[in-house]
Amino acid sequence: MSQADATQAAPPKREKLFTADGTPLRKALERANRRRKLTALALVGPLLAFILIFFAFPIAQMMWRSVDNPQIVNALPRTLQALDTWDGQGLPNEAVFAALHADMIEDLDRPRREQTIGPLGIRLNYELSAARSAISRTSRAVQNFEAPYSDAFMDAHRLWGQPELWRIIKREGRPLTLSYYVAATDREYDEAGNIVKRPENRQIYVSLFGRTLALSLAITFMTFALGFPIAYFLANMPMRYANLLMIAVLLPFWTSLLVRTSAWIVLLQQQGVINELLVNIGLISDANRISMIYNQTGTIIAMTHILLPFMVLPLYSVMRTIPVSYTRAAKSLGATPWTAFRRVYFPQTLPGIGAGGVLVFIISIGYYITPALVGGQSGRMISNEIARHIQQSLNWGLAAALGTMLLVGVLVLYWLYNRLVGADSLKFG
Amino acid sequence: MSAPEKRDGFVVFDGVQKSYDGETLVVKDLNLSVARGEFLTMLGPSGSGKTTCLMMLAGFETATHGEILLDGRPINSVPPHKRGIGMVFQNYALFPHMTVGENLSFPLEVRGLGKSDREKKIMRALDMVQMGAFANRRPAQLSGGQQQRIALARALVFEPELVLMDEPLGALDKQLREHMQFEITRLAHDLGITTVYVTHDQTEALTMSDNVAVFDDGRIQQLDPPDVLYEAPCNSFVAQFIGENNTLNGIVKEIKGETCIVELDGGEVIDAKPVNVQKVGERTTVSIRPERVEANKSRLDDDAHTIKAEVMEFIYMGDVFRTRLKVAGNENFIMKTRNAPDQVRHKPGDMIEIGWMPTDCRALDHA
Ligand SMILES: Nc1ncnc2c1ncn2[C@@H]1O[C@H](COP(=O)(O)OP(=O)(O)O)[C@@H](O)[C@H]1O
Ligand SMILES: [Mg+2]
Repeated sequence: MSQADATQAAPPKREKLFTADGTPLRKALERANRRRKLTALALVGPLLAFILIFFAFPIAQMMWRSVDNPQIVNALPRTLQALDTWDGQGLPNEAVFAALHADMIEDLDRPRREQTIGPLGIRLNYELSAARSAISRTSRAVQNFEAPYSDAFMDAHRLWGQPELWRIIKREGRPLTLSYYVAATDREYDEAGNIVKRPENRQIYVSLFGRTLALSLAITFMTFALGFPIAYFLANMPMRYANLLMIAVLLPFWTSLLVRTSAWIVLLQQQGVINELLVNIGLISDANRISMIYNQTGTIIAMTHILLPFMVLPLYSVMRTIPVSYTRAAKSLGATPWTAFRRVYFPQTLPGIGAGGVLVFIISIGYYITPALVGGQSGRMISNEIARHIQQSLNWGLAAALGTMLLVGVLVLYWLYNRLVGADSLKFG
Repeated sequence: MSAPEKRDGFVVFDGVQKSYDGETLVVKDLNLSVARGEFLTMLGPSGSGKTTCLMMLAGFETATHGEILLDGRPINSVPPHKRGIGMVFQNYALFPHMTVGENLSFPLEVRGLGKSDREKKIMRALDMVQMGAFANRRPAQLSGGQQQRIALARALVFEPELVLMDEPLGALDKQLREHMQFEITRLAHDLGITTVYVTHDQTEALTMSDNVAVFDDGRIQQLDPPDVLYEAPCNSFVAQFIGENNTLNGIVKEIKGETCIVELDGGEVIDAKPVNVQKVGERTTVSIRPERVEANKSRLDDDAHTIKAEVMEFIYMGDVFRTRLKVAGNENFIMKTRNAPDQVRHKPGDMIEIGWMPTDCRALDHA
């Protein structure tokens, strides 16, 4: 209502309009549109629900997991309270050990599925490698402990005598934590609780992010360099031949991943077709066979092949809509074929290049299976590390932190692209 | 229209043929000469090969056979960008990613002109088409008529001697089209450039051109100034294609010099001027313009043959009356009379007698 008043107060003063039966025009229009809106909602509803349940919700969950930290709070409420007064120097006093004892005893009485000591061990192990065995060994013996508890605990496992474990318990005894992000950026806490860089030999993730970025850029450029001429060729040939050739471009979509990968291995390995050929025609010596697979080269070659259609399709659909008359006009105005291409044709393909580039880049930055199969050690990307933490090391918090950083990174790049080029100029097809 | 004398025109097509598929000829033996400064229009139905001819002249298609000369030099092997021919395309082909000013600057930049020269020429060209205030707009921000003007300015800005236009006004509404027809002819004459203009609109061709080449089936059917084309079409196709036209079919009965007598299929006898008929007994289609049909006997020669007609429909059009008649079995015979005080307004069902000057009734080939 206030908005209606505002528009009516606008300079060219207009009277409120009514329909023939006296309802305000605005209301009548709204009523007429409501049905259409409901129909539209019903049509997109299923997809919307699908996306919410299987896309938006898991992403939100992942982001939550990267900071969620309930294990210590749940397992050691008394200990944390007793630790409140500890200054972080030396070992905590007997009261803290007594509280720890009480917490662990209480946990033993809980039904098995609600026990909190197991998760506590896993959680502490992320921060300190021996912590899990210390916890489990202690919890098996805790029933027989007698005061003074500090000696009993230190007898059960030497780790209880180390201030570091206590510092971790105190620091991470909060429902939310930053520690996964600290680890994901190759950092750690020092004794005073400051965030510092890890020793060089234990830094992995930052350089892995860098490598992922570089590989993705290389792949994007390769698909562009190979895809642009193909798309141009396709767009300028009669439809029936173009369709036939398009099938050849789309072929990677239709072959099974394993078949494709085996083909790459047959071709590219040290004893593979290409190396054999080069050795046989004497271009390289037997000792200097080129390694083209299980390294970055392998990742780039295979992913360029797989992602080529994502570049060719938007380019093709943009080029199809550029009439020949533009190039002809440029030539009739005196431009050489090259100038006509560079100054008139090429700029009009930019929406396609942008769309293809964004597609290929975003897909490849999160690509997982191909680098895992043909990338070896040096061709691994950040997604492989995420998968390792999900499947093997079972550090889901760290995986979530890495995943969230990847997601935010992609969003930032997209935002940058939008600022520089304008996303509304993208043409996906 | 003999070939040798015509070879010294500014633009010459000499025995040009064109085939796209190696099976059919789209252009069949085209001979054409355009004088310097002439405004020549290629007129013809869609698919008659007009665009193909223009594209061969511009260099975007190669002639399968024959030679094209520009200012006496054969240009078959000169690439398009070296021909220096200005061109206006049907969809204007303004570069969408450049402003109007940049569009006009383009031909000057590729010719290596300095910035101040360019700006001077661009302003002059824009003023010429009354678009001086639009240099910073993008083509998409202009109306169809404005885009048309810019396309024209761009084709002229580098001062070519020859300009080609392929149905440049096809996308405009009637009023704008008529206005632009006038503008284009004025500019072409003021600048003294040679223009080859393609259209399928005969009014456009008649009002704009010095000469019109009527195309059909890959051949020039007639090449003449507009008045000759309208008043003296040399075959049935041209008569039908240009202006409104009444036709009657019959057999030549008698030829005596400048007139002949034709017996129509219904048995009526009329006078005609033999144009495309050679001998007595030949079938012919006679053609009469609606405005040359006369129902008032006092305006006809005493010995003129007249013919019975039944009025089918009378349409009052303000300045003229349009009367549809049934003549010798043809129910679509049109008579156009000026709205004068003494003019009779016929009613459907009236039986009248009509006639014409023998020179206005042309006996052509049987269509
Ligand atoms: N690029 C082409 N390839 C094959 N056939 C063509 C091509 N361009 C035109 N044609 C054919 O040539 C004939 C003449 O076309 P065109 O010169 O465009 O006629 P107009 O401009 O008079 O309408 C048409 O039958 C058309 O189908
Ligand atoms: Mg055409």
